[in-house]
Amino acid sequence: MTDAPKAAAAGRAQMKTELPERFRDYKHVWVFIEMERGQVHPVSWELLGEGRKLADRLGVELAGALLGPAGPATEAAVREAVSYGADLVYLVEHPLLGDYRNQPYAEAMTALVNTYKPEILLLGATTLGRDLAGTVATTLATGLTADCTALAIDGEGSLAATRPTFGGTLLCTIHTLNFRPQMATVRPRVMAMPEAEPGRQGRVVRHAVDLEESRIVTKILDFIPDLSTNKVRLAYADIVVAGGLGLQKPENFRLITDLAEVLGAEYGCSRPLVQKGWVAAERQIGQTGKTIRPRLYIAAGISGAIQHRVGVEGADCILAINSDAGAPIFDFAHLGMVGDALTILPTLTEAFRRHLAVDRLAG
Amino acid sequence: MNIVVCIKQVPDSAQIRVHPVTNTIMRQGVPTIINPYDLFSLEAALALRDMTGGTVTVLTMGPPMAEESLRKALGYGADRAVLLTDRFFAGSDTLATSYALSTAIAKLAEEAPIDMVFCGKQTIDGDTAQVGPGIACRLGLNQLTYVTAVDGLDAAAREITVQRRSEGGVQVLRTKLPVMVTMLEGSASIRRGTLPDLLRAARAPITVWNAAAAGIEDVQRCGLRGSPTVVKKVFAPKPRAEKAKLIDVKGRRDGEIAADTLAALFAALPKLEGDLARQAVQA
Amino acid sequence: MTEHFDAIVVGAGPSGNAAAYCLAKAGLSVLQIERGEYAGSKNVQGAILYADALERIIPDFREDAPLERHIVEQRFWMLDDQGHMGGHYRSDSFNEEKPNRYTIIRAQFDRWFSAKVREAGALVVYETTVTSLIRDNHGKVCGVRTDREDGDVYADVVIMADGVNALVASRSGLKTEVRPEHVALAVKEMHFLPEDVIQSRFNIGEEEGVVIEAMGSVSVGMVGTAFLYTNRESIAVGIGCLVSDFAEAQVRPSFLLDRFKAHPSIRPLLAGSEVKEYAAHLIPEGGLKAVPQLYGDGWMIVGDAAQFVNAAHREGSNLAMTSGRLAAETVIEAKTRNQPLTARTLAAYKAALEKSFVLKDLHKYRRLPDVLHGNKHFFTEYPRLFSQAAQTMLRVDGVDKRTKEKQVRKAFQASRRVTGLIGDVFNIARAWR
Ligand SMILES: Cc1cc2nc3c(=O)[nH]c(=O)nc-3n(C[C@H](O)[C@H](O)[C@H](O)COP(=O)(O)OP(=O)(O)OC[C@H]3O[C@@H](n4cnc5c(N)ncnc54)[C@H](O)[C@@H]3O)c2cc1C
Ligand SMILES: Cc1cc2nc3c(=O)[nH]c(=O)nc-3n(C[C@H](O)[C@H](O)[C@H](O)COP(=O)(O)OP(=O)(O)OC[C@H]3O[C@@H](n4cnc5c(N)ncnc54)[C@H](O)[C@@H]3O)c2cc1C
Ligand SMILES: Nc1ncnc2c1ncn2[C@@H]1O[C@H](COP(=O)(O)O)[C@@H](O)[C@H]1O
Repeated sequence: MTDAPKAAAAGRAQMKTELPERFRDYKHVWVFIEMERGQVHPVSWELLGEGRKLADRLGVELAGALLGPAGPATEAAVREAVSYGADLVYLVEHPLLGDYRNQPYAEAMTALVNTYKPEILLLGATTLGRDLAGTVATTLATGLTADCTALAIDGEGSLAATRPTFGGTLLCTIHTLNFRPQMATVRPRVMAMPEAEPGRQGRVVRHAVDLEESRIVTKILDFIPDLSTNKVRLAYADIVVAGGLGLQKPENFRLITDLAEVLGAEYGCSRPLVQKGWVAAERQIGQTGKTIRPRLYIAAGISGAIQHRVGVEGADCILAINSDAGAPIFDFAHLGMVGDALTILPTLTEAFRRHLAVDRLAG
Repeated sequence: MNIVVCIKQVPDSAQIRVHPVTNTIMRQGVPTIINPYDLFSLEAALALRDMTGGTVTVLTMGPPMAEESLRKALGYGADRAVLLTDRFFAGSDTLATSYALSTAIAKLAEEAPIDMVFCGKQTIDGDTAQVGPGIACRLGLNQLTYVTAVDGLDAAAREITVQRRSEGGVQVLRTKLPVMVTMLEGSASIRRGTLPDLLRAARAPITVWNAAAAGIEDVQRCGLRGSPTVVKKVFAPKPRAEKAKLIDVKGRRDGEIAADTLAALFAALPKLEGDLARQAVQA
Repeated sequence: MTEHFDAIVVGAGPSGNAAAYCLAKAGLSVLQIERGEYAGSKNVQGAILYADALERIIPDFREDAPLERHIVEQRFWMLDDQGHMGGHYRSDSFNEEKPNRYTIIRAQFDRWFSAKVREAGALVVYETTVTSLIRDNHGKVCGVRTDREDGDVYADVVIMADGVNALVASRSGLKTEVRPEHVALAVKEMHFLPEDVIQSRFNIGEEEGVVIEAMGSVSVGMVGTAFLYTNRESIAVGIGCLVSDFAEAQVRPSFLLDRFKAHPSIRPLLAGSEVKEYAAHLIPEGGLKAVPQLYGDGWMIVGDAAQFVNAAHREGSNLAMTSGRLAAETVIEAKTRNQPLTARTLAAYKAALEKSFVLKDLHKYRRLPDVLHGNKHFFTEYPRLFSQAAQTMLRVDGVDKRTKEKQVRKAFQASRRVTGLIGDVFNIARAWR
């Protein structure tokens, strides 16, 4: 990423966006529909929601780009993409596109872009999206802004992609001048999930590619799915309860899981707890962990460092419990309790338990 | 195995501050560190070298003081260090960075073929995770990102087998050398070099290349000029206007506190109470 | 490993860097071992750099050393709970071409110094802790053991510059452990503010700086002082009290610092700042009495490890650098004469210290620690009395001045009695002499 000397950057920022002739016919907004083993990653729908706004602003069409083997899953994905706002879907069907591998995916994606020429191409910043985007952008020699948190169209119709930099301490807005498509990746759960509109109509443009297993160097020997039983669904949880160093001892993390259990919530933690080995890495919330967007986030004994903050800000309601009234978490929490988490947490757990027991009786 | 590990010296982002008035980064006094993710890759590379023999070369593009990071990497046990430094590189984005680094790697390959390039999963300042894939693409290396473990390396067959994290599980992949690998954090933490390693590192000469020495013919493709992306604006995140509404805790009974909290939560999230009740009934 | 050096220096603070630099400059083979991630990563200091001591080592240090501001004004404040009384000295003559004192940020300064040491040709390794000394069959120190694998390394002489705790020396039985009444625990914070805000708040120009030293009620009856220094874009504030007092009074250092920052005379100076970095460190304040044996067969102790701090004037780094330089010069001299580095040859180090300000100053103030320790009222009663006196004299309220003077005198007498007052004056004067 650009680490540009300010003066120089400012100088270039003034540059006129005189688009070279060869890019003049690049039009429309695309969202890469990430399907792996028949499963579409929800970030694709989130991006369609965002892409819709960009396309409307530009007065162009929103297209999904979908790669996958022919079959019912792929057809369902096409329909869903349309229901989430795509006007059309570019579809590459090939048996070799069931599992993700960089080479065939990159070839197919590059071919699509070169043929149908989008002006904006959005991908999810997932392990797949990031792996693919880097190759595609390099092959096309265009700009790529990674891990964006906000997308907009500026006065000149160019994509203004805002992303955190320096660990979230700062934000910067990045433009891709003079090159097309303008590529950006966006993390899951950063954009809101749009409402699906089931009966919506859209077109499908099929594109054939020529792939052969013998030409693909990398072989998939096995796929070990995350066991659905203990898979952490933090990113998509409705309620998340998390603890930080303020819990003081690993034993006290029980207070978090207890409350989470009563609420039917997922639980998470700040980074130091992972580093100390108190909690598994997949439970870390924040810049280098998961971004969450629950309705309710309860943070106990977490100071609210910027790297944590960027991962939770999307929550509808944040309740912070911290003994230090000056802790930064109170700057972005909605509700706060200044006090000892070790005593407050059990009290809350008990109160919810009682409240819900009454419901159960009544129900 | 001849392995190149790309490392970047980055400011310790935990210690970066924003100037309260001008909104610019106050770098002064911010310590620099080796990008933490790069250390997982460096360790994986060192382990492979220990197993199969060969050399590990650490490569960085950055200001002259990035030499400190290289020396540190030598202290962990790397064999050789190359610093790419030139004013033409200033302001590079991922495309320009991967161009410069891949050209330098190609230059190194003239001396002895490179079997593997390791990059970090991502940096903590740029955070893009794009430079590695960019290098792989330019050099035509097979790309293995988010690797959690190297299962096997068959030097004779020139094949490597790894586990790669994907969204829904772990892929077990086999591919041919040469490859570009990025390791996922938590794979294996960096070793502590021995004292002789450290002394060797302190004495080792560091190869310093400017653009020309690295074999870069067209400096227009480097730095700011070679970067399609442009930073138009840098700003600090807006503080939220209002602070948290505080629920009284001091000197009150547990029951009262809890009742207040539940009331405040249900007021803030009108549908929550009903949803929880439904969930409770189902349970 | 059989690596052998002319000298090994333990620690890369000011004393160790001075020693390693001088030795390497003279062409000796030097290994310096620092436990921190880099030089300065573990070091805490206010910090004032006294130029003279460094100038004797690196004459043109001003060209590239990371200096913050040079001091043009010194304030000394006696605090009671409401206000302060004290003196300022400010002079344009401090804006000389080669200023005498600078504020610095140790993390940066030490790193710069360490780079100079490497440039001079010393081998420097970081993140490595010296755990003990190695002796040969005659008992002469001939190397060190480190916490790394394969971590023994040898040298003709080991210079211990490992700071106030001097663990290497005390573990090896070369000195006793530091005593709680001989060390102060200082806590410090950095408060960031824009450059121009600092300049207008302290009424100073672009490169100019101010030092405030304060004592009185902030230390809640313990022996200690507080300080405030202006850096370019930050203000360092801190307070230090004797460890023995902390133990006795059962207060936390952070509590004291919070009190100091909240003091009505200090608070406005810090308003609106962003706090970063809270650090605590020990300062040797035992004076001459606490100075250990300084040399022996194959070893020397320099800097804080030798307890070289002039607490009365808050000088430390200059004593550290000077002792480091003198130790190095002793080794260089012996080496050029081909003398073995035994206690006999190294005795020249102590002689050089005695001729320098290092031991002369420590000798001058040798009584001060005891006087202050035995007379806590210097930190409680006097600030209150002086402040009261100022209030009485400055408030215009129809009471005649002679009556006011009488009130003031009475207050002093009531508190300390005439004999007590005379005793205090005598004690302080003697300790200061
Ligand atoms: C590159 C980088 C990436 C990072 N990524 C992440 C990330 O993804 N996620 C993340 O979380 N962090 C991340 N961090 C770390 C981050 O900077 C903070 O260090 C971390 O979030 C702090 O965790 P904490 O709030 O649990 O601990 P602390 O900051 O130590 O806070 C503990 C809090 O608990 C409070 N407390 C103490 N006792 C009690 C009590 N009895 N009851 C209630 N409150 C109490 C204290 O007042 C304090 O506010 C990253 C850092 C870096 C440098
Ligand atoms: C808050 C505060 C304010 C101060 N203000 C001033 C001031 O304004 N002006 C002034 O002149 N002095 C001041 N001093 C005193 C000054 O900081 C010290 O006198 C000076 O730093 C001493 O230098 P040194 O090299 O002897 O020790 P240190 O600076 O303590 O350096 C010792 C080094 O040795 C390393 N080390 C320790 N043990 C080992 C080991 N076993 N193996 C390897 N490395 C090791 C440490 O990591 C450290 O880097 C202040 C001190 C404090 C705490
Ligand atoms: N300037 C650089 N010098 C060397 N390697 C780099 C540089 N920038 C990025 N890299 C490598 O590319 C990886 C990904 O960086 P990024 O795309 O910036 O997140 C890093 O972890 C490094 O391994």
